[in-house]
Amino acid sequence: MVLFIAFVGLVAWIFNKFLGGQPDVFYGVLVGAIIYAAIMYYSGSRLALAVNGAREIKKQDNPRLWNIIENLSITDGLPMPRVFIMDDPSPNAFATGRNPQGAAVCCTTGLLSIMNDQELQGVFAHELGHVKNYDIRVSMVAFALTAVISLIADVIFQLTWFRGNNRDNQNNQLFFLFGIVAAILAPLIATMIQLAITRQREYLADATSALTTRYPEGLISALQKIENTGSVLQRQNTATAHLFFANPLRSHSLANLFSTHPPIDKRIARLRGMEDHA
Amino acid sequence: MLVVIILIVVVVLVLVAVWAGYNSLVRLNVQADEAWSDITVQLKRRYDLIPNLVNTVQGYASHEKTVFEDVTKARANALSAQGVQATAQAENQFQQTLKSLFAVSENYPDLKATENFQQLQAELTDTEDKIMASRRFYNGVVRDFNTRRKIFPTNVFASILGYKTDKEFFELDEAAYSQAAEPVAVKF
Repeated sequence: MVLFIAFVGLVAWIFNKFLGGQPDVFYGVLVGAIIYAAIMYYSGSRLALAVNGAREIKKQDNPRLWNIIENLSITDGLPMPRVFIMDDPSPNAFATGRNPQGAAVCCTTGLLSIMNDQELQGVFAHELGHVKNYDIRVSMVAFALTAVISLIADVIFQLTWFRGNNRDNQNNQLFFLFGIVAAILAPLIATMIQLAITRQREYLADATSALTTRYPEGLISALQKIENTGSVLQRQNTATAHLFFANPLRSHSLANLFSTHPPIDKRIARLRGMEDHA
Repeated sequence: MLVVIILIVVVVLVLVAVWAGYNSLVRLNVQADEAWSDITVQLKRRYDLIPNLVNTVQGYASHEKTVFEDVTKARANALSAQGVQATAQAENQFQQTLKSLFAVSENYPDLKATENFQQLQAELTDTEDKIMASRRFYNGVVRDFNTRRKIFPTNVFASILGYKTDKEFFELDEAAYSQAAEPVAVKF
């Protein structure tokens, strides 16, 4: 995360040099980017829930689900999160919330019907692991940084059309070139970094689930079931895709670098490895 | 001059280490206390279900007096137990009496069919799960506290700061624990 921030700082510095003597625009862009990031940060979880059509439930609506989540949050020492259900035959779940006090978990009706109690425990221990490790906050910050870089790159492109005349200074020319290259590559690199971060956090949440339940088999069999039935949801939304338990997007045959989740067989292999280590 | 600077830096580092170590011990200590009180909350929830259960069974099997007396006595015992060891022992005893109460109810299929009894069974199972969950959290915190007390560099000054002993894990009797894991084995 620190490296990511340094990378963003580097891009911002290049951008500053690129502008030469117009710091006002730079600060304007920075302020705009920070405001955007702050909005995402504070309303992110409400957005994530609304955009996926989730409805909140209480204990009497689904005691099985409620009890599982309540018991897991006692085991983790977390306050009980709000519980949501979304209508979709495909099994999947997600957690959102910047800190454990404001957390919410949501799962599909498909998950509830396909999984047995132990598998549900594994899945929700994974989600509560995300809450416990503040992964949602990490993802939001990473996403905001990526957005900042994309904004900066955008502005650079806007400005190149209007700065064709200032080529006398040799130094300026070099940074001009750097600026263009950075504008093209930086959003790409930033996205890859963001996805790598969220993938590592998925592994971490799997490990937290195994530690909480002391029973990795539950999560393993849940992952196997998802591998067979698939986890693609009816509502496709790229902005919230990384929050889900398994990849909700219809697969494009892009390289693994652009996937929000690690491959399921790798996740199962790591969990099996934990069983031997204990 | 250089020696003085190095000395100051070393002293500052030591002070920072002591400060951080002390804070983490305090944090874990308070967390362990909270986790313990959470266990007692869950245990009390379960003990509160018992009078209702005893009354329901008594309605059908009023002559089995000894079982009811044992359960009530064990429950009173468990409610008054203080500290980790005493509570674990009282809990073990209570599990035994609860086993015999359910064994008695096996003989009365009318009783088992009533909605009241089934609901009580479901609530008891859920309470057992919650007790296990809060036990697990407590033991996890105790593990972290004991580890923190023993690892370097905190172990050097832990006893000076007042943390002289490890905390105990809340362990149930192995035989009783396997019963606690499936407290409502209903055989047909």
